Amino acid sequence: MQITSPAFKQNARIALQDASLQKALGNLKAGFPVKRAQALERLPEFDALRDEARDLKNHILENLDLYLEQFESKVQQQGGHVHWCRSSDDACKTILDICKQVDARTVTKGKSMVSEEINLNEYLEKNGVTPVETDLGEYILQLRGDHPSHIIAPAIHLNLEDVSEAFHQHHHRPKSDDPAVLMREAREVLREQFVAADVGITGANFLVAETGSTLIVTNEGNGDLTQTLPKTHIVVTSIEKVVPTLEDMTLFLRLLARSATGQEFTVYNTLSSGPRREDDPDGPENFHVVLVDNGRSDMLGGDFQDMLRCIRCSACMNHCPVYGAVGGHSYGWVYPGPMGSVLTPQMVGIDQAALLPNASTFCGKCESVCPVRIPLPKLMRHWRDREFEQYLSPKAVRYGIGGWAFLAKRPALYRWLSLGANLALRLLGGKKGRIHRLPLGAGWTDGRDMPAPSGKTFMQQWQAQQKTQQKMQQEHSL
Amino acid sequence: MPYAERSPQVALFVTCLVDMFRPEIGFASISLLQQAGCSVEVPERQTCCGQPAFNSGDRSSTRDIARQTIEAFDGYEFVVGPSGSCIGMLHHYPELFETDDPWHARALDLKARAFEITSFLVDVLQFRGVQSDFNGQISYHDSCAGLRELGIKTQPRALLSQVAGLQLNEMDESETCCGFGGTFCVKYPDISNRMVENKTANTAATGAGTLVGGDLGCLLNMAGKLKRQGHDIQTRHVVEILAGQNSLAAIGEAQARQPATAASPYDLAKQL
Ligand code: SF4
Repeated sequence: MQITSPAFKQNARIALQDASLQKALGNLKAGFPVKRAQALERLPEFDALRDEARDLKNHILENLDLYLEQFESKVQQQGGHVHWCRSSDDACKTILDICKQVDARTVTKGKSMVSEEINLNEYLEKNGVTPVETDLGEYILQLRGDHPSHIIAPAIHLNLEDVSEAFHQHHHRPKSDDPAVLMREAREVLREQFVAADVGITGANFLVAETGSTLIVTNEGNGDLTQTLPKTHIVVTSIEKVVPTLEDMTLFLRLLARSATGQEFTVYNTLSSGPRREDDPDGPENFHVVLVDNGRSDMLGGDFQDMLRCIRCSACMNHCPVYGAVGGHSYGWVYPGPMGSVLTPQMVGIDQAALLPNASTFCGKCESVCPVRIPLPKLMRHWRDREFEQYLSPKAVRYGIGGWAFLAKRPALYRWLSLGANLALRLLGGKKGRIHRLPLGAGWTDGRDMPAPSGKTFMQQWQAQQKTQQKMQQEHSL
Repeated sequence: MPYAERSPQVALFVTCLVDMFRPEIGFASISLLQQAGCSVEVPERQTCCGQPAFNSGDRSSTRDIARQTIEAFDGYEFVVGPSGSCIGMLHHYPELFETDDPWHARALDLKARAFEITSFLVDVLQFRGVQSDFNGQISYHDSCAGLRELGIKTQPRALLSQVAGLQLNEMDESETCCGFGGTFCVKYPDISNRMVENKTANTAATGAGTLVGGDLGCLLNMAGKLKRQGHDIQTRHVVEILAGQNSLAAIGEAQARQPATAASPYDLAKQL
């Protein structure tokens, strides 16, 4: 996926003017956060579970190597293969190799953000293998040549009309705007693909070390068909998804669906443990797990380790007022919203993605809803520190902040200059008490007035008052 | 009431925005703190809490400002300010210094003494003596830093509930950011503008004639938008209402003829 993060501001401006996108974002805001709140009301121990999940994740990250090795050996015992991939490229090559081994023409795919991250579809297509997305949202996007704008509701930026149009063009059937009809249509088309596919590729929400299982959660069941029908099942996933035991997995599952969609539980929770055994009624003959690192091990032990706790629930973006205003595509890469603002600079470089961790008011809503208590504002601030250290911040910011800090450290000078600024602003405010157009402050006054100071500075008035008081006391004592 | 008998000694942290734009908030804070039995001083060496530098990634300037602020408020029993955001910044100071740095301990000490004003009045002093009245309906915006970093939600409401005649109409999404965000509002004006539009729409929908909040940054933002949109909703800081300063022009509105004396520090002095 091409990175457009450096154009975040333009992207955002276009998004703000896109009426149909704004309508879709309105639906998002009215949906998930409300359902989440209702789900939490029914689970009084939610906050205690979050603490437990945070602590468990921290423990896992401290011992990541051990759990991954345990996972690997269990998979191998069960007749599966584990492939360790440092980069996106490694991962894509590995997957293509497996496809070639079984002479695959088409692969069906369950939804996987990691496969977006490594740009798998494009790679496979270039190399003669046709990927078919089977998650309804992803399928719609694939028809439209589009990318996800959200991590659990990839097509949230679209409205019914867009879907209806895409189906009409690709399925060559009469146009319909009945969701049930569209759903059936997609199901019919995809059924054939499920049967025809040589390889099924899914992501994984969790990897269970004790059993060597991978788990995917879906609400559509497409993941099950993807992984059980074809001869070969490839799981492409990232290293931080491992959990010690099945029991631990259930802790995260209790948090995941509630945080994401407000469901008590996802509809399908499917564990895969190796290829089919002799007397299994179904299942793939070959089972591969492709473990993607892609910068994650660099995060261990550093400022950004906390980010590896993320379970991809999307609560942070569902509640983020910036995401809610501009949508996921504005962020310009795979992961949007607050979690993306931390992950994207890690994966594509802060030089490309500095605008993302800056695009936050630090309102803290994301941190307050995160089920694993990731301090997202703090991590975004770490990126701003790096940006500043590497002299990447815009000159206006560097000099502006520098000048302000210079004054803030010198109270007398600060006080003296603030008198002038105060007077100037009051003059600009005129009789109305507000400024309609502020020189150098167009960012503010384009959209709103700037209230002018209501009088002399506080310090000026306070000091005058103190003087009067002293004088009165002196007179009194005379 | 643990502090009632012995007149707690409070240093007022005015904050740079209040100093520059709305001195009335500073005077209202003093008046309230005095009503609650505090002796109030205004340390002269205070400037800004350093938040713009902190949020722009300029760690070394932030540390300098933090040291300067720690020194300015040295020795006071409490440091109280009319802003959850700036007091929240003082609470960030310890993380600026390594734990073996002596400034770390001093930062922790300041953090333990620093309170946002409504939280100080309610949580520390258990103050229940609000004397003002206000005839009308207000709506309250929960500013982000105060709400999420300092847990300020019930305190201003508890104080407002003591104001005679005041009716609180809660708005939808009172806890959603107004889009101010310090430098955010000038770095990302389009997004900020959309966020504040949501806020003014939610405010207007309550039918309240006055929008109240605890942080001047947000109030300037929302007042500026309300005025640009032509609403006649007034915007005020919560301490102004609590101190009974309701006849003053609201934020972003035309001042009485002598703006500099509008807050009447001289009247205050005469009373003393
Ligand atoms: S950062 Fe937290 S809230 Fe956001 S997707 Fe990850 S787990 Fe969910």
